[in-house]
Amino acid sequence: MRVSQKNAHVFEVLQMSRIVEHPILEKLPERKRVLISVDGRTIEAFEGEPIVAALIAAGIHICRITKKRNEPRGLFCAIGRCTDCMMTVNGVPNVRTCITPVEENMKIETQFGLGQWREIS
Amino acid sequence: MRTGVARSGALSKEELEKHKVYPEQERLRRGPVAIIECIQEIPCDPCVYSCPQNAISLETLSALPKLDSEKCIGCALCVPSCPGLAIFIVDLTYSKEEALVHLPHEFLPVPKVGEAVDAVDREGRLRAQGKVLKVRADPKTDRTTVLTIAVPKHLALEVRGIRRRSR
Amino acid sequence: MEGDLIEETDLAIVGAGPAGLAASVETAKAGARTALIDENNRPGGQLFKQIHKFFGAKEHYAGVRGHDIGERLLAETRERGVQVHLDTVAFGLYDRTIGLMADQKTASLRAKRIILATGASENPLVFPGWTLPGVMGAGALQTMMNIHRVLPGRTVLMVGSGNVGLIVSYQLLQAGAEVAAVVEALPKIGGYGVHAAKIRRAGVPIMTSHTVAKAEGKARVKNVTICEIDERWRPINGSEQVLDVDLVCIAVGMAPLSELAWMAGCRFIYLTQLGGFVPMHNQEMETTISGLYVAGDLAGVEEASTAMEEGRLAGISASQSLGLVPEDAAQKSKQDIANRLLQLRGGPFGEGRLQAKELLTQAWIQR
Repeated sequence: MRVSQKNAHVFEVLQMSRIVEHPILEKLPERKRVLISVDGRTIEAFEGEPIVAALIAAGIHICRITKKRNEPRGLFCAIGRCTDCMMTVNGVPNVRTCITPVEENMKIETQFGLGQWREIS
Repeated sequence: MRTGVARSGALSKEELEKHKVYPEQERLRRGPVAIIECIQEIPCDPCVYSCPQNAISLETLSALPKLDSEKCIGCALCVPSCPGLAIFIVDLTYSKEEALVHLPHEFLPVPKVGEAVDAVDREGRLRAQGKVLKVRADPKTDRTTVLTIAVPKHLALEVRGIRRRSR
Repeated sequence: MEGDLIEETDLAIVGAGPAGLAASVETAKAGARTALIDENNRPGGQLFKQIHKFFGAKEHYAGVRGHDIGERLLAETRERGVQVHLDTVAFGLYDRTIGLMADQKTASLRAKRIILATGASENPLVFPGWTLPGVMGAGALQTMMNIHRVLPGRTVLMVGSGNVGLIVSYQLLQAGAEVAAVVEALPKIGGYGVHAAKIRRAGVPIMTSHTVAKAEGKARVKNVTICEIDERWRPINGSEQVLDVDLVCIAVGMAPLSELAWMAGCRFIYLTQLGGFVPMHNQEMETTISGLYVAGDLAGVEEASTAMEEGRLAGISASQSLGLVPEDAAQKSKQDIANRLLQLRGGPFGEGRLQAKELLTQAWIQR
């Protein structure tokens, strides 16, 4: 896999949590690698995978912070029911990252409380 | 008591005896033979169909499999067929000091022929160094690799796995 | 989504897991116009996450790995021309009409017969620290590992030693993680001995009469405290152990996903052995609402093999009620399925479920 120099160190992190070799699972078909941003930081992801999978692969485990007690929340149910994985995506709050697929240039932000609607520049 | 497969996940000596899991000593000394470590009644029958000698039989779908050790030639075709990975082949005739154990392996890395491996028992305890003599992984085994390892003879009925290594 | 949202059909099936897929094959075979609906972007339900070889009878997929069974079922549905609507949420069920939403648009689907095969969801377990990132359901972990190929942690505590806990522990080892321990509150292991044996010989401790007392960490789980419990579920002082883990996996049972059945007005029955509240159904898999059927984990949490058989049963019953299957053929097929279900519920691990399904039949007769 070719990776540009500036993303090389990110790719190391990417590789560590990604299961590349497996005794049973077939290799996945080629997927398109895209860049997305998380709180301003650029990471590599595969187009179409759930946003939270890309985050986990990049070592990011916090999706949001709760309103009352400022507590971190992350992936829990993975079926779009518990709301722990919600983040603000492209300015839209409360996006369930466990069931929403990655698109190129997505802007993802850790959500604080209920989030806010706003324009992204 | 925390022994026994339902309490600890490892078959106890008592369970092995009660269910006559081991063939008779006389048969064990004659050549390779299957050891079917399946002592709970679960609806399951692939082992029956895997044996070209028809050495395995089941009275009902949930009954415990019975091995006719006279019919069994120790070919190891049953080993990858068991969904519970509970069948092993033991060959006490390999050499004066060593026996062969054929066991299922579904991890990475897959060891290579000639490699030394850490042989473990049912509780995962290291019991000996084993040597890998054969690695069978063809489409028929559907990704269950069958390893043949040589271990000290007195451990042939104890060794049931190899320690995983980092990859 | 493969087809456009439609307005009316013979047979609508909600849920394209093993039960729904199997049902759709039968209804399509019988000639019913069949719409199969699923909120996910791929069919198969839990099947594609199951990378181990299945138990049961060889003539019904035993020895085949879960995801390969899924592929075969899918191929069958395609061959039969079943219309599959993915990324489509069934948000409501109103008197033979299903409310659907896809692509931010809603539609109603009116069907002569409806089969609900919506499966089950995991029970949570509440303990201090359970909300920390790194604490998740076993199903969630399986999805991440086996479908999306990411590992949310390297050292895991598995809570629950039923088949789900044991199998997911094994899959963690296959994915390259370590399982620090499996804790089980009961004094004995819940799942099959052979599943437990695979992980024991791989060095994973299974601690019965133990539970998780708390999980600690700031941004994510850093360690857990486990402890022994007595026969009245109370922690035993002095038995605490701290394990350094970055992932806690909860596998403490599942409960039917039954909102649509509740909405439709079905009567329910509470059966612990089947996961909790189950829609009452008869031997034809029909509920107390005429024309509404259930199959799979929704009808009682069991296994993929029973789900497929119940799906077939519901599919045949529903098609028969539409006059699409001759009586003799239908009776024979249903009897064969009933026999296979009986076999699949055999042995000590099936006993509780078998009894519960029998209680269900009693309750139906007396309703």
